[in-house]
Amino acid sequence: MNFNLTEERQMLQDTLRRYLREQYGTARRNEILGSDTGFSPDIWAELAELGVLGALFTEDMGGFGGAGFDIAVVFEELGRAGVVEPVLDSALMGGRLLAAAGKTDLVEQVIGGALHLAVAHAEPDSRYDLDHVNTTATDNTLTGRKAVVMNAEAAEHLIISAKDGDRIALYLVDKGAAGLDIQGYPLLAGGRAAEVTLENTPGTPLGLTLGDYEATWRLALVAQCAEALGAMETATAQTQDYLMTRKQFGRPIGTFQALAHRMSDLLIELEQARSAVINAAGHVTDTDADLHLSASKNLIGRIGRLVAEEAIQMHGGIAMTQEYELAHIAKRIIMADHRFGDTDYHLERFIALSAA
Amino acid sequence: MDLSYSPEEQAFQAEVRQFLADELPGDIADKVRLDTDLTKDDMERWHAILNNRGWLAQNWPAEFGGAEWSAVQRHIYDTEAADANAPRIVPFGLSMLGPVLQKFGSKEQQDHWLPRILDGTDWWCQGYSEPGAGSDLASLKTKAVRDGDHYIVNGQKTWTTLGQFANMIFCLVRTDADAKQQEGISFLLIDMDTPGVEVRPIILLDGCHEVNEVWFTDVRVPVANLVGEENKGWTYAKYLLTHERTGLGGVGFSQAGLKTVKRIAKTANHNGKPLIENPHFAARVAQVEIDLRAMATTNLRIISQAAAGEAPGLEASMLKVKGSIIRQEINDLARRAVGPYAMPFASEAVEGANDRIPDPFDAGPVAGQYFNNRKLSIFGGSNEIQRGIIAKVTMSGGGK
Ligand SMILES: Cc1cc2nc3c(=O)[nH]c(=O)nc-3n(C[C@H](O)[C@H](O)[C@H](O)COP(=O)(O)OP(=O)(O)OC[C@H]3O[C@@H](n4cnc5c(N)ncnc54)[C@H](O)[C@@H]3O)c2cc1C
Repeated sequence: MNFNLTEERQMLQDTLRRYLREQYGTARRNEILGSDTGFSPDIWAELAELGVLGALFTEDMGGFGGAGFDIAVVFEELGRAGVVEPVLDSALMGGRLLAAAGKTDLVEQVIGGALHLAVAHAEPDSRYDLDHVNTTATDNTLTGRKAVVMNAEAAEHLIISAKDGDRIALYLVDKGAAGLDIQGYPLLAGGRAAEVTLENTPGTPLGLTLGDYEATWRLALVAQCAEALGAMETATAQTQDYLMTRKQFGRPIGTFQALAHRMSDLLIELEQARSAVINAAGHVTDTDADLHLSASKNLIGRIGRLVAEEAIQMHGGIAMTQEYELAHIAKRIIMADHRFGDTDYHLERFIALSAA
Repeated sequence: MDLSYSPEEQAFQAEVRQFLADELPGDIADKVRLDTDLTKDDMERWHAILNNRGWLAQNWPAEFGGAEWSAVQRHIYDTEAADANAPRIVPFGLSMLGPVLQKFGSKEQQDHWLPRILDGTDWWCQGYSEPGAGSDLASLKTKAVRDGDHYIVNGQKTWTTLGQFANMIFCLVRTDADAKQQEGISFLLIDMDTPGVEVRPIILLDGCHEVNEVWFTDVRVPVANLVGEENKGWTYAKYLLTHERTGLGGVGFSQAGLKTVKRIAKTANHNGKPLIENPHFAARVAQVEIDLRAMATTNLRIISQAAAGEAPGLEASMLKVKGSIIRQEINDLARRAVGPYAMPFASEAVEGANDRIPDPFDAGPVAGQYFNNRKLSIFGGSNEIQRGIIAKVTMSGGGK
């Protein structure tokens, strides 16, 4: 057993943390949040340059990482800084699906920061279910509707799931394709998504099935848990600082035991969350990966809610304001529960898997 | 013990229901149902409709034009109004300032200000909190210095709810810097059109413009606008806070919120079945509904005591804590129920965004509301402060 990061991962973590601390402060982020595109092309290019996007891919794929722990390191830092750029959807999910399909040249563009992607799987009534697809593919033309598709407006290509007979398969659709309609909107915790409708839209089969989607979904779960962990670290650190500096009744509010004990609980639960992410990252390609991932996502959902709500409560009114960093961080934490299955979804999945 | 309404109360309930069915404008009810921000005009329209019926000042004595409803009547109205998606009555003039003026104001002040609250001439906001004085309200610094027949006011208030619509603000100001904290505070009525008053918006985390900062620079306020005696403002403020706390159980809001959750969960799909049939989700809903049923009775018990003339002190604190926890739990259920559709940012602050926000459940911005209602356990005396009051009263032989 060894709980230390490898030298490479440590370097990646240090570089990314330093970069984001310098470049992704509250003012910059608020500017990005208010922008039309919902993310900064400059930041995106710099993330590529720093090797952050490349760290999400194995050497075979043209990257220099790609394991669970590489993904966890990257997303923990992105979460810590409350980054809204669509690294998870565009680079990790989109890129890894294309890598699985052997699209080496496109993956190279993703790693270089030149290509944006979107992955459209969920539908308006599928909630978090993975096998609920009503979009159809007939002779490689797609018809249907996809829900809350992240980064759809900025994507050059969309990777879209559809039912070809009984089989769910993935297709590559160009942004200019006929019959493709993208209705974009901003998201509460930053970034943009869209409702995507397809009407006899031509797509190129990627030779991938639902099983391939699930493999990428597992990586996304690691990433999402790690991102939430990073955000929780920021929320607890900020709360700790605030409790020591905010004075009411002539003393720092952290000296009131009613708050001090709850702060201690947050720190205890934060360690639980850290371990849950390690479990997820370390087991993501094991045969029992799903059990570990559901355990982690459920725990992160529960602890995330506790951390977000308690951090706001212990700050008082100030944390309720849009421009205050903690408000944004709390939204990132809560919204992590609305992706790739929520607390209850993964509790059920855990029950089913552990009973099996 | 008798848990049913008396025949008179039943008749009253039917009357309220009929009134709401006849008089509540559909466009306003739709906005309330979808948690869309009400405009100033919406709120004024609803106030005028209630005032026409004599139901605007529900807890005021008849001599001041109030409906003089019993506590049970008020409870009936609250429940029916929430169920019908009626807007809440803006509390600053009616539930806060009104009772203070009736108890501590001069005859001139009562004659002048009270009718203007009823007919909507004035829109009041509450200027208590300051950046450095939240829970510790008595540490407030906004200063009023006597200059002939005026006070000169300097300082800053914050978190001023709907201050952007208000033309009047009632403020706690420091009139004696040397006295012990609570003893140097006065209660002042300030016209917001006076030179030197500046209102700056604060956008809350759900994107809504609900609160403001209010700055005072050499603002001249007539001494006639002092309520009661100089340096006795803390007493009046405390009186007002008890009024503010009652009703904060929010039973009606919780009941309406729970209905919404169930409606969403019947439409939302999970593994090919309605979400409401999912045992985990159903258990969450049932748990909070069980709590709410008990709290509705707690609420009525406390209200009956109040009706019998006992001031709700301790119990108001209890209701506020439990009521806010339940309401927040319901908001949490609503955001869970809509699943991935919790993510879109459906705020008026994003221009035109609402038209484009997909919402298969017709649920409105439930995630925004979840975040916005974190305020319930922060304002009006935070839940920590309320628990402190309960502990102090119950464990020091009556408290101070
Ligand atoms: C949406 C909203 C609307 C508001 N509207 C108005 C308005 O219209 N007019 C107005 O005057 N004010 C208004 N307020 C202000 C509100 O009353 C204050 O936010 C509240 O009093 C808490 O003060 P604070 O935010 O400064 O937090 P603080 O007092 O700094 O509290 C921070 C944390 O410390 C805790 N704490 C403080 N003291 C103790 C203690 N002794 N023991 C244990 N814990 C303690 C608090 O509970 C909280 O968790 C509003 C606030 C909000 C969020």
